[in-house]
Amino acid sequence: MSLVTGRKKSRVIRGQAAYHGTGIAIAIFFLAPFVITLLASLRHGTEARLPPLPPWPTNGISFDSYRSLDSFGAGIWQHTLNSLIVSVATVVLTVVISLLAGYGFSRYRFPMKNVFFILIIATLMIPFQSILTPLFIILARLGLNNSLFGLTLVYVTLQLPFSVFMMRNAFDAVPKEIEEAARIDGAHDLKMLVLVLLPLVLPGVATVAIFAFLNAWNEFLAALVLLSSNEKYTLPVLMMAVRAGRLGAINWGAVQAGVAVMTIPCLIVFLLLQRYYMRGLMAGAVK
Amino acid sequence: MTVTGRKQTTCVRRRAPRPEWTGLLYIAPAMLLVIMFFVLPVGFTAWMSLHNWPLMGAQRWIGFNNYFRMFNDGRFVAALNFTAYYTVIVTILIFAVAFPLALFVERQRAFVSTYRTVIFLPVVVGLASASLLWVWLANVDSGFIGPALKALGLVEKSPNLLATFDSAFLTICVMVVWKIAGFTMIILLTGLQAIPTDLTEAAVVDGANWWQRFRFLTLPLMRRTIALALIISVTGSILAFDQFYIMTSGGPQNRMISVVYYIFNQSFVSFNLGYGAALSIALLAILVVISVVQLWLLRVGEER
Repeated sequence: MSLVTGRKKSRVIRGQAAYHGTGIAIAIFFLAPFVITLLASLRHGTEARLPPLPPWPTNGISFDSYRSLDSFGAGIWQHTLNSLIVSVATVVLTVVISLLAGYGFSRYRFPMKNVFFILIIATLMIPFQSILTPLFIILARLGLNNSLFGLTLVYVTLQLPFSVFMMRNAFDAVPKEIEEAARIDGAHDLKMLVLVLLPLVLPGVATVAIFAFLNAWNEFLAALVLLSSNEKYTLPVLMMAVRAGRLGAINWGAVQAGVAVMTIPCLIVFLLLQRYYMRGLMAGAVK
Repeated sequence: MTVTGRKQTTCVRRRAPRPEWTGLLYIAPAMLLVIMFFVLPVGFTAWMSLHNWPLMGAQRWIGFNNYFRMFNDGRFVAALNFTAYYTVIVTILIFAVAFPLALFVERQRAFVSTYRTVIFLPVVVGLASASLLWVWLANVDSGFIGPALKALGLVEKSPNLLATFDSAFLTICVMVVWKIAGFTMIILLTGLQAIPTDLTEAAVVDGANWWQRFRFLTLPLMRRTIALALIISVTGSILAFDQFYIMTSGGPQNRMISVVYYIFNQSFVSFNLGYGAALSIALLAILVVISVVQLWLLRVGEER
């Protein structure tokens, strides 16, 4: 009897070990590229073109790679600032506009409401890659060519179908009785939206915000096409100069440092707000 | 009862007759942006595609000539072929990796949420950053993969992975699988978790083995989820650009020019804006057809 349970137990333990052994191997494959790059970016300047074997700095930690990254374009601070301006502006505008639209679609009746809603959602079917030329021309007519604000407006538009859908659902989930009570207390329209309903749809706002941030921070092709002067480049566009190298030689230290600067904010934002990110993913997947 | 009934009628009477125009005010900013930066550009693309439209100088109406030109354009046909090839291969690879991963992280065990999070991490970084990262990892002298293989004694000389078509293609596929598999895994996981556990238990009681349960229970019940993941993967792959632009610059021998890359070259390198617009409309049509076919296949599958 005890022999049988003992054997069973050891089989369970062996199964556990196999499971977690596999799990750790998988985790290493997905994590290693980040860890190797981050560690390698902290190596001494003279080690930058050597293979990362081992990846960690052997001559002490140094910021040489970040210094050489800073020598490209208008300096790394400027380009990080550009990326931040575009991403934060995209988040703010997307949240405000989709909050208003979500409220309008959820709580009001007006003619052609469904047509407007379907029009917004239908833009999901059209890849923005196919309308870059007209976007370029329209922005130029508006005097917004080569401007971070123009790029932001494009990013906000790209976020709208998902965000308006999310926010309408968030408002739909709020019981109407709450508004009726607030209306008796004298709250109307915008006041109602900001003071009464906003706190109730905050999780939806967080979801909309995190997707807007990541997509704006990471976008490459539209930025490449719509920004034409050096000092306006966002980080991914700047990195093309680093990738091209100088006099045929690529400074791999600068590449590693650039990858670190571009990826770390995304990883931090995701790890902090994972719950809201996954909620958005599920909403998109179920639809 | 009577009280609620009366309440409802007053409610209906108050709401039904007049439209609430303030609602239009709330959706106005969103509608303005969508019309300015989506509806207008789509119409504009169609209009441009009927012109010879250089960057400088006057545009000239040429009817459907840009579309006729497409069929005789060997480089466009090559781009279409390459994109189709890439889409098929990378979608198969993503599913081959993501499905086992979804099964692996499905059950509740210790650390399983940690595994999910780690596998998902590459999804949240940009494709451009991921491409740059892997360009470095794949570099012959300063990278990681080749030198590590050499250090392990598996190869005599570090291979230049991005120099030949096959090895560069494989490297890009590995990068994309690393970047996207976590996303597909989560989508498939939602499907797996939606399968009622009593069904699985009943199958176990009936003596079905693991493979039978997977083949006759899991797969059919996950049809919708699989179709969804398939649509996302296929449409995403057809629009691929960053990885080819950043990792191989479309090489070797310009054999890695995807459709979006070719449109980019025509529109923003050669400045054939009219022809680029016609190519864009073609791409749009291809994507719409593929989405409709996939959705239709999904529906047919459900009726059966």
